[in-house]
Amino acid sequence: MRKFLALASVLLLSACAGQPLRGTGDLGLVIERASGHLTLINTSTKAPYARVEGLGDLSHASTVYSRDGRYAFIFGRDGGLTKVDLLEARIVKRVIQAGNSIGGSISQDGRIVVAQNYAPGGIKAFDAETLELLSEVPAEYAPGQFSKVVGLADAQGGKFAYALFEGGEIWVTDFKDPKKPTTQRFPAGKQPYDGLVTPDGRYFMAGLYGEDGVALLDLWQPEKGAMKILEGYGRGEEKLPVFKMPHLRGWSMAQGKAYLPAIGRHEVLVVDGISWKEVGRIPVKGQPVFVMARPDGRQIWVNFAFPDYSEVQVIDTLSGKVVKTLSPGKAILHMEFTPRGEAVWLSARDDNKVVIYDTASFDKIGEFAAQAPSGIFFTSRAARIGF
Amino acid sequence: MKNLHYFLMIYLSLAASAASANEPSPERAHELVRMVRQDCGSCHGMTLNGGLGPALTAEALKGRDIPKESLVATIVGGRPGTPMPPWHRFLSESEAGWIVDRLLEGFPQQ
Repeated sequence: MRKFLALASVLLLSACAGQPLRGTGDLGLVIERASGHLTLINTSTKAPYARVEGLGDLSHASTVYSRDGRYAFIFGRDGGLTKVDLLEARIVKRVIQAGNSIGGSISQDGRIVVAQNYAPGGIKAFDAETLELLSEVPAEYAPGQFSKVVGLADAQGGKFAYALFEGGEIWVTDFKDPKKPTTQRFPAGKQPYDGLVTPDGRYFMAGLYGEDGVALLDLWQPEKGAMKILEGYGRGEEKLPVFKMPHLRGWSMAQGKAYLPAIGRHEVLVVDGISWKEVGRIPVKGQPVFVMARPDGRQIWVNFAFPDYSEVQVIDTLSGKVVKTLSPGKAILHMEFTPRGEAVWLSARDDNKVVIYDTASFDKIGEFAAQAPSGIFFTSRAARIGF
Repeated sequence: MKNLHYFLMIYLSLAASAASANEPSPERAHELVRMVRQDCGSCHGMTLNGGLGPALTAEALKGRDIPKESLVATIVGGRPGTPMPPWHRFLSESEAGWIVDRLLEGFPQQ
């Protein structure tokens, strides 16, 4: 009997050794868009630790995280919504929820995951635990006319804000009762292409493609309606062609100012975060796609649309100037800061690798192979509004 | 007989130059396929099933029944009022024509 107990305890110990306890704060994932794979990574070791396959068409895929950072919800272009366990490195559940999807969000309390879809145009809410469909809001902006939905962002109190590309409106849907959502509509402007919520959750901004300007809705006082900021920033000059739509999502607020990509101009526009007046514009290398603030707000990193997408520029927010131009690899599609911003990870799609830079010295401090990498998403997003 | 030979020579060389005008080199063809899948794919989807821009699969294009010349003109010159930009800086009209032919028969994978 004693022998048996000894054996049992050895077995138990070895079983525990197989699954050491660990947190999720330094984990994340890289989307490998062509092959439908995810590479799971660790920002402390600066290396991948597992690969998950079977996620379908991941072109333009994005991710949100459960509150504990353990589960990633991946929204694929093919309408797939996949829940992945980062600790066990496996797919927990996968549903095809639409024909053509562009991304999604998770509610403040972590209980509802909402997908935004191009076809059929609208949003759908799912139980974050089971991925069971709770309700949907078709983006029918006029009888029989449906719009593509862009810029979905989580607002406070179970609300979600988003914009309608064809509809030219901002909608705010309240999922207090997840099965009976209610929606408010606000005129926004011509062809909103993406949106973001400020880090405090107060303002929702929708960038406009069809006109020079950005629609701004104060979610604390939505009854005041959306106002237009940066109106006519192109000064009537002819636009340069835009070979890829900018992405507003990401933290572009720094030091009380918002840094936004201009459409059809090789500029980053700077807006005061209280008066919402333009306070500057910074010339950059190409059409900005992502304009992302380092978590402390000292730097803004900018990547570009085709054909300038093999360079990245860094703006110093103190001087308001570009202080560094880097060539990290071919076709830089995305950038992600470590939780406190000492490093940034960049995906070089055409070099099939992810590169890691020190944000203080601009030295390359790591690199690993990944097949046509696009989005990089760290679990630190779990605790941020608008991510 | 000599004349016939002469005509044949001219005919063959003309046919060859016509083919080379429409047919990019294998390297260039590879680049164009990659460009369509990856860069056009930003809006039209990597599988060309559509995104912000419409689907470009053979089925979708045939369903919309657009003349080839219009498709070529859209690629080369863009479509004002929509986000479709002009691509003439990066390809010639005959290369756009080659892309349209490939799209209509089902676009190759990379």
